[in-house]
Amino acid sequence: MVALTGGMFWSGHTTPRLGIDLAGGTSITLKAKAEPGQESAVNETNMNTAVGIIERRVNGLGVSEAEVQTQGRENIIVNIPKGTNEKQAREQVGTTAQLYFRPVLTVAAASPEPAPTASGSTAPKPSASASAGEKKPATPTATASTQGRALTEALKAPNATGTPTPTGSASATPKKDATPQATPTPDAATAALQQKFTTLNCLDPKQRTAAAEGTKPTDTIVACGKNAIDQWEKYLLGPAEVEGRDVDDAKAAIDQQSGQWIVDMSFTDAGSKKFQAITSKLSQQTEPQNQFAIVLDGEVVSAPRVQTTLSANAQISGSFNQQSAQDLGNILAYGALPLSFDTQSVDTVTAALGGDQLEAGLIAGAIGLALVILYLVIYYRGLSFIAILSLGVSALLTYVIMALLGPAIGFALNLPAVCGAIVAIGITADSFIVYFERIRDELREGRTLRPAVERAWPRARRTILVSDFVSFLAAAVLFIVTVGKVQGFAFTLGLTTLLDIVVVFLFTKPVMTLLARTKFFGNGHPWSGLDPKRLGAKPPLRRTRRTAPATVEPKEA
Amino acid sequence: MSKLGDLGARLHRGEVGYDFIGNRKIWYGLSVLITITAIVALAVRGINMGIEFQGGAVFTTPKTDVSVSQAQEYAEEASGHDAIVQQLGNGSLRIQVAALDTEKSDQVRSDLAKDLGVPEEKIAAELVGPSWGEQIANKAWTGLGVFMVLVVIYLAIAFEWRMAVAALIALIHDLTITVGVYSLVGFEVTVGTVIGLLTILGYSLYDTVVVFDSLKESTKDITKQTRFTYSELANRSINGTLVRSINTTVVALLPVAGLLFIGGGVLGAGMLNDISLSLFVGLAAGAYSSIFIATPLVADLKEREPAVKALRKRILAKRASAAARGEDVLDEAAEAAVVGPRGARRGRAEENQR
Repeated sequence: MVALTGGMFWSGHTTPRLGIDLAGGTSITLKAKAEPGQESAVNETNMNTAVGIIERRVNGLGVSEAEVQTQGRENIIVNIPKGTNEKQAREQVGTTAQLYFRPVLTVAAASPEPAPTASGSTAPKPSASASAGEKKPATPTATASTQGRALTEALKAPNATGTPTPTGSASATPKKDATPQATPTPDAATAALQQKFTTLNCLDPKQRTAAAEGTKPTDTIVACGKNAIDQWEKYLLGPAEVEGRDVDDAKAAIDQQSGQWIVDMSFTDAGSKKFQAITSKLSQQTEPQNQFAIVLDGEVVSAPRVQTTLSANAQISGSFNQQSAQDLGNILAYGALPLSFDTQSVDTVTAALGGDQLEAGLIAGAIGLALVILYLVIYYRGLSFIAILSLGVSALLTYVIMALLGPAIGFALNLPAVCGAIVAIGITADSFIVYFERIRDELREGRTLRPAVERAWPRARRTILVSDFVSFLAAAVLFIVTVGKVQGFAFTLGLTTLLDIVVVFLFTKPVMTLLARTKFFGNGHPWSGLDPKRLGAKPPLRRTRRTAPATVEPKEA
Repeated sequence: MSKLGDLGARLHRGEVGYDFIGNRKIWYGLSVLITITAIVALAVRGINMGIEFQGGAVFTTPKTDVSVSQAQEYAEEASGHDAIVQQLGNGSLRIQVAALDTEKSDQVRSDLAKDLGVPEEKIAAELVGPSWGEQIANKAWTGLGVFMVLVVIYLAIAFEWRMAVAALIALIHDLTITVGVYSLVGFEVTVGTVIGLLTILGYSLYDTVVVFDSLKESTKDITKQTRFTYSELANRSINGTLVRSINTTVVALLPVAGLLFIGGGVLGAGMLNDISLSLFVGLAAGAYSSIFIATPLVADLKEREPAVKALRKRILAKRASAAARGEDVLDEAAEAAVVGPRGARRGRAEENQR
């Protein structure tokens, strides 16, 4: 606990990040772009799909309390709480628009100047035309990844010499001068496009974005992308063969055999057919034309080589690390927005609940809490000291952990979460109420305090664990299954439940044991709340019950 | 304290106690009545869904000096619905109001223009979609379903299936009542309300489990004794945990009551009302149902079990004969606060019964 609190001050995050309803934040308005000839694409269905995808992207772990909704016919509003990495969020909502798989025609180094480049090519592959069955995810499928990785591997391979296609690729080992005189496939680019490709400088951000502008999926295009060693390369790409919406799912995984990070992806039925067609074509080609580029908003995010014909399932391997594999998996899985969007405006917004509401809530909560303390003092007297202290410890821990989770996983506290925390007072208090009542029962049996404290504990402990388990189960299920605000709430509930157990085990019980040794409590001072007389305990004698006069006639058994 | 502490002691010894099980029909009846009222209210009045669920209209005003809370008041007055007001960076206001169609939104816009003192045409009005999409709602339902199945399995293993069934019925009872109250009061259902409901889900079961735990403990050696029937033991265990139940409920309800009556009622914080009302009703219903509904239900179910039935018969017979001999059985019964020695093996006891 001390360590946690220390951690909080050390990290400088001393307040929990507040949700947008409490602290305001940033509101981004996106406007759907109607592509020429496809105006009808901006419809309700597509807008709702887009909202769902953006929601998943900005909410990340689900606890950041971002809100996404449609506005009017063609706008989407994204509200992000204060303190979120705004730039990153804007990139997430803005850029992941359209995803295409395009065959690679040519690859070259980033800039037109004849840079020292190496010819990148790979070992000849027989590209087993074995029409790789519908579902064979485990078989080695598409290998390698971006050109850069293919290249690195190729350089290591013994037969990595120049091949008929002199493609350029930035590399640490200059080998062969290859001005990007790409030789496109016969049916590919026109002279103009060739010119564009030659002059394109991917090191210039402006040119990068300009390169892909105004292109249609059916065009042959030029595009930029980073390779595995983080250097820009430019690509000449054929028409899109597979679209983002053809991807059913994609995620990062560890290859069982090699132990390396890979990306598993699966296609929808329609996507499988298209993917089969493109891979069967590409697997016959030589480097780099056996690659397909995964193009996101005009930028190549990955360009894996194809070795064999693939269908419904594929895996992309190469020198991924965990981060890059997950990024690619996310892009493939969630990047399939049916529409592209322009960021129309970015505004700061104030809290939806005025400051006075929050203040009213806090005042009300404080009054409620004061009443709780008053009640505990009246009923439990000295024991309430332990109760209030336990509540205090619990509250402090909750606060510290929430403050730390803000920067760690984007956790944001909104009003419902605050209310959840207030209810948690009940659950936390219940744990020691159960324990106290057990102790009192033991005292009534005629035991003295110290054995009573110890005897009561195992029974109270079981009750606490069983009931907290139910509460935690609710939190865990809701957290796993749901999304958005419900997930954020489930997180708070789970956290407070766990903390309840921690506090009762590591704080309430030890303190109770210690205090039982003091005179005040041990001798049952009238103000200790444990006075046997006041509790109506039997005289501490053995089995005198039968002879004791029946006090009150029971109404019934 | 002493009074309640004394009561606690007498409850512990079984000297006093309310016959929860014996009077269960009254409480069942009461619950059925409340539940029916809730369902009728739902059917007749429906639920007033907030903007997060059904969308509505959004008005964007030019820069204005009117404060956010003032604007919220105006908007709620003009539309009759909850409004969400945010101030944008350039000083203009974004006002979202639930359940407005185009026609109604024009009227609200002109009202707003008057209230805020800005020209009507400067206020942009648009319809907005729900921010709580169907997808989120569906997933929340799925989560609820999965949780209920798991919790029934867990309770069936940790306790027994009868308790699992009773706990589930109590839970549904609590949720129905809470939703019904919403329908009656007419508050708008916001995301906060839903989250309040989910909190109840956890709390209601939590409370039931605490009572069941004591029930399980007091009845574990039931077939070894011939003093009490299952129902009587169940009744004793409710009475035994009564002080705990009262204390926990008071401690849980006080802060929520603070939010509801002081925060929402006196200080007039509208949004707090939504959440604290669902919490307040749900917590109260949860505490009520674990004592008055869940445990009597278990006793009802349990009394159908052959072994328990046989036990009941034997006990009643014994009492009848004792009464014939003029002994005061009940008095003896009251004295026997402890049922069987702890740690005694149960299996043998059951064998003896056969």
